[in-house]
Amino acid sequence: MGLEHALGDTALTTTIDSAINWCRKNSLWPMPLGISCCGIEMMAFAMPRFDVARFGAEVFRFSPRQADLLIVAGTTTYKMATVVRKIYDQMPDPKWVIAMGACTSSGGMYRTYSVVQGIDQFLPVDIYVAGCPPRPDNLLHALLMIQEKIQRGESRSTPMTVAAERQEQQLLQIQGINNN
Amino acid sequence: MNIEQAMDVRQQRILAALENKNTSVYFDDALDNEMILNMGPQHPATHGVLRLLIKLDGETVAACIPELGYLHRGYEKLAENVSYHEFIPHTDRLDYLSPLMNNTAYVLAVEKLVGIEAPRRAQYIRTIISEMARISSHLLGIGALAMDVGALTVFTWTFREREKMYDIFELLTGARFTTSFTRIGGLAHDMTPEVITAVKEFIEQFPEKFNECITMLNTNRIFVERLDGVGVITREQAIAMGMSGPNIRAVGLKHDLRRTQPYLVYNELDFNIPVLNDGDCLARYYVRLNEVKESVKIVQQCLDKMPSGIVHANEPKKVLPRKEQIYTRMEELIHDFMLINFGVNPPVGEIYHAVEASKGELGFYIQSRGEGHPWRLKIRSPSFMNLQSTSQLVEGGMISDIVAVLGSLDPVMGEADK
Amino acid sequence: MLTTVVEKLKAQFPNSILGVREFRGETTVHVKKEDILNVCAFLRNDEAGLFNYCSDICGADAYTPENRFEIIYNLYSLSYKHRIRLKVFVDEADLHCPSVISVWPGANWPERETYDMFGIIFDGHDDLRRMYMPEEFEYFPLRKDFPMMGVPDSIPLPRK
Ligand code: SF4
Repeated sequence: MGLEHALGDTALTTTIDSAINWCRKNSLWPMPLGISCCGIEMMAFAMPRFDVARFGAEVFRFSPRQADLLIVAGTTTYKMATVVRKIYDQMPDPKWVIAMGACTSSGGMYRTYSVVQGIDQFLPVDIYVAGCPPRPDNLLHALLMIQEKIQRGESRSTPMTVAAERQEQQLLQIQGINNN
Repeated sequence: MNIEQAMDVRQQRILAALENKNTSVYFDDALDNEMILNMGPQHPATHGVLRLLIKLDGETVAACIPELGYLHRGYEKLAENVSYHEFIPHTDRLDYLSPLMNNTAYVLAVEKLVGIEAPRRAQYIRTIISEMARISSHLLGIGALAMDVGALTVFTWTFREREKMYDIFELLTGARFTTSFTRIGGLAHDMTPEVITAVKEFIEQFPEKFNECITMLNTNRIFVERLDGVGVITREQAIAMGMSGPNIRAVGLKHDLRRTQPYLVYNELDFNIPVLNDGDCLARYYVRLNEVKESVKIVQQCLDKMPSGIVHANEPKKVLPRKEQIYTRMEELIHDFMLINFGVNPPVGEIYHAVEASKGELGFYIQSRGEGHPWRLKIRSPSFMNLQSTSQLVEGGMISDIVAVLGSLDPVMGEADK
Repeated sequence: MLTTVVEKLKAQFPNSILGVREFRGETTVHVKKEDILNVCAFLRNDEAGLFNYCSDICGADAYTPENRFEIIYNLYSLSYKHRIRLKVFVDEADLHCPSVISVWPGANWPERETYDMFGIIFDGHDDLRRMYMPEEFEYFPLRKDFPMMGVPDSIPLPRK
């Protein structure tokens, strides 16, 4: 992820990549976005009984800038959607997203005017965790699946080039405003 | 309207509201002038997705505007479109820290509307589960307050106790906290002897563990001093703003619906209502802490007094029949069919029933037109009304006290936003 | 106690009490819209009532051609520990209703919520914004003619 741009696709880069992936997967820093009920189970997942520290992901960061795993736990409403997206956009690449619970995956039991029927309408999601709420063990399983995914070197997050393009556009926009 | 424009409108209206609040402290020095700070909706200390817009004057809070609705899930619209029974699972997710209490509150309201009453044993079990829910909710409230002001250890300790309670709830209802345990006119099923033993065991060991937690806090000077005298509200203000629960008992008012408008079996039980006079964060914390001890007493008494018998009212036209009976008997099958398809059909009328939930007065106002689903169901949520006084509590204080005030108000956004 | 309050109310406001209803031991008093503020102030200060605690204010949509909306005030007295319910009808053609913030400051948010959900405008409310829905939302969700799933694209989502 990124390295091959500099070195090209050689045996060296693949080995380095797998080493880096190994490091990455064992030191995930989750950003806990506990919106509602599922957030309580997410807390339980961090607490001593289920102990996510066994898998190296106990460093919960409340700042998106310092996190690479977004756990969206709870009902996402339309009003909240912009916030979730903003948080996601602020996270540095590479990043992964877990949609925890029925609500985030599909709207769950809330087929109403204010609830987004699944956060995949505005976010790329890596793992969906079923349950209302999912048990903490379930979430641990999702974490392990994310780790496998990282080891395989997969990420659905925005590729670097697109991010750079966006930044450029934003810069142009700002310059345009200044010129006017 | 595209997203950028929409966000603009949103921001501008909120900012305009903030500006209109005439808080006029100005300094000549440009550096001293006000600044507007946005806290939340994603902030660890806002207990969910509350957003506060704060106007700061140096370190002092000049104005504060809470902005809700980030978790507005449309419960009241949902309620109008589902039957009375189907709404029970939705009540779990209202105050998700004490779901059993919400289940109880809701079915009590519906029972009042329908005009039936659950048998004595069911009432006792409901009391037990309500108080267990209160303990678990207050445990998280205390732990989260401690965490907000910087004491992380206690949070893990209270969570340990909560995990034990979750085990009991799981044994009792099959789920850790989305329990949906009560039914109109009774309960999903009886409390089995294993559960009773588990509750007894838990209640026996709990006071000691709880003491451990609170000794850790009460003897901690930093903790006490961060709460003492912070976020003071007077008695008149608290009444006028419609506060309830531990928050209003912390201003010296003995207002507890368990005593003033008794429901379930509370008037047969012996317990005190902790009241303190200071009205600050520390008082709110102490009221909660003492309430946990009272709840333990209540559970013990209920376990001792619990009568045997059935847990479903003998009202076949209103109460769901048992599964075994549906499979084996014609009459019950018909009733089940009618109840599921057409609902309980209460008489035309309207009621308001409130219980003392862990956060305060949790009321359900139901309008019925004789149909299987409510015509209008309004949830009077305590967190919503408690949050209303946030501005009063934090204005004039320091910015770092906001987290303490919020923690001591103990709001749950699931319930405040509905 | 409550009967005295209702009697007193009737004596004090003979023209503005439209009816009294009892159901399951709860009293509902229908009040004329224009007089709600006076009735509330009276109930709050009258020594037989002393309804100093406003439990809740909410709206309801009766979905009738006339007097479509109802506003319901659930009041409680901390001294006498009794409850009363006031009800006001608001016509769709004239969605205004006096605000009772001056009587109970805590009525602020419930009134905002009623505005948000039903579009009823409370005159005298100094901060009548939406409570839950985003500011740019144009509809009133708890009206009976609003579909449960909402109006598609009425609230924009961020692009993927
Ligand atoms: S999935 Fe269930 S528990 Fe999780 S946020 Fe949604 S309603 Fe709450």
